[in-house]
Amino acid sequence: MTTPESTEIENSKNAAPCCCPPAETVEQSDKTPADAPCCPPQETASCCAPQDSDKPGYTLSPFVTGWIDTPTGQTPQIATRLTRTDLYGRWAMRWGIGRDRYRITPGLYAIGTPDDKAPVLVSANYKLSFDCLRSSLQHTDAWILVIDTKGVNVWCAAGKGTFGTTEIVKRCQLTRLDNIVSHRTLIVPQLGAPGVAAHTVKKETGFHVVYGPVRAKDLPLFLANDMQATDEMRRVTFTPIERFILTPVELSMMGKTLLYAMILLFVLSGIGPDIFTFKAAWTRGLNAALPLIAGLISGSVLTPVLLPWLPGRMFAIKGALTGGATALLLAATLYSDAGLSLTLALTLTVGAISSYTAMNFTGSSTFTSPSGVEKEMRLTIPWQAGSLLLAIGLWISSAF
Amino acid sequence: MTNIKPSGFKYLKDVSSLKLNVDACIGCGMCEIVCPHRIFTIEEKTARITDVDACMECGACAKNCPVDAIQVDAGVGCASAIIKGWLTGSEPSCDCSGSSCC
Repeated sequence: MTTPESTEIENSKNAAPCCCPPAETVEQSDKTPADAPCCPPQETASCCAPQDSDKPGYTLSPFVTGWIDTPTGQTPQIATRLTRTDLYGRWAMRWGIGRDRYRITPGLYAIGTPDDKAPVLVSANYKLSFDCLRSSLQHTDAWILVIDTKGVNVWCAAGKGTFGTTEIVKRCQLTRLDNIVSHRTLIVPQLGAPGVAAHTVKKETGFHVVYGPVRAKDLPLFLANDMQATDEMRRVTFTPIERFILTPVELSMMGKTLLYAMILLFVLSGIGPDIFTFKAAWTRGLNAALPLIAGLISGSVLTPVLLPWLPGRMFAIKGALTGGATALLLAATLYSDAGLSLTLALTLTVGAISSYTAMNFTGSSTFTSPSGVEKEMRLTIPWQAGSLLLAIGLWISSAF
Repeated sequence: MTNIKPSGFKYLKDVSSLKLNVDACIGCGMCEIVCPHRIFTIEEKTARITDVDACMECGACAKNCPVDAIQVDAGVGCASAIIKGWLTGSEPSCDCSGSSCC
């Protein structure tokens, strides 16, 4: 809380042995016992790390502000305020940059100054989940049990089973949680439930699982309300903002496919009366690249944002409609001299790509069932492929 | 609140594989707690499904039913994962490690 943000940012790339202000560090440098924290227990707030955290090859995580003594050893105490580094990391993550490295070391962490009666909140070792949780608990004393989900968020990991019964049981045992708290309750996020059998956790560890709210921001109210969640807290939403922040990752995941599609497009564009010319590949290719990108944006940005207002239940239909509208807009402006056959090719291309990428957004949505997705894929993929083939045929024949 | 009501987000009808065995149900209410779309209610000590079309087959209810009274083919709903499942003949699985994409 009192740690200046700038210090954390500066230290984030280096091994930060101690987060004390420099003056204090000098004071204590001559004789601090190697195994004791360098400040009294009651001042644990944000003072400093013990000297032994400065080991060759180890880096202190920038969100650790101090250490708390527990019956099983020292537990890192973490900041509840996000720094600029955290926010930049979140932005990068949304674009799919460095996703595989964005992990927290599993184990027990402290928020505030928890005692043996403080609640235990279970979380995933994905940094965005962890950041979201700690920043929601500004005036709370709690234990955070971070389990190993291979750097995947709670809901996704629960679906795969990595946020699951076995891992929770294992982590309770490894941290010797029963020595740290006197109660026997674990608060597990509700979206972890697809992977966790509460009755099995109880049987194996003695800890009773209470499902917390869907969103971490509701935790303070949930805790204050005797661990009772309202219906609103238990319901998943899909607001325009929630949909919009998922679109960059959709786009970045399409990047490789787009590259291959572009190469194919330029090759196809070179075909003409002279069999193949690079000049045609370049000039005609550039002309055809825009519909490809327009289809992508229509399907993975416009359709997700406009989702509930678009007619139809299938995402592929919603995407095709948005794509059709986008194509008409292009036909009326940039491609107004294209002629009938090319306008048809344009519409088919944008529509098919938009439909397919919109269908992919089912994976990000909070209400589509796998059975439903499979059904809509069986129904619409033949149409998407057919439209694209027809468009390619029209595009090649237009060169002759 | 300002949240859009779930009625704006209706997916396909009659596709969910969710089944509840009322005879085995002990009315503990875990399904009602964990369902992110609030489709269970407990009436006269037995669970009841109120809107099966709102089910997204996440599997939370079945996993937390202590008497195995709920059956559902839970799985991932990513189109790319399903295509991969078709091509390789295996169970669909997300390859989107570490994002909130699924």
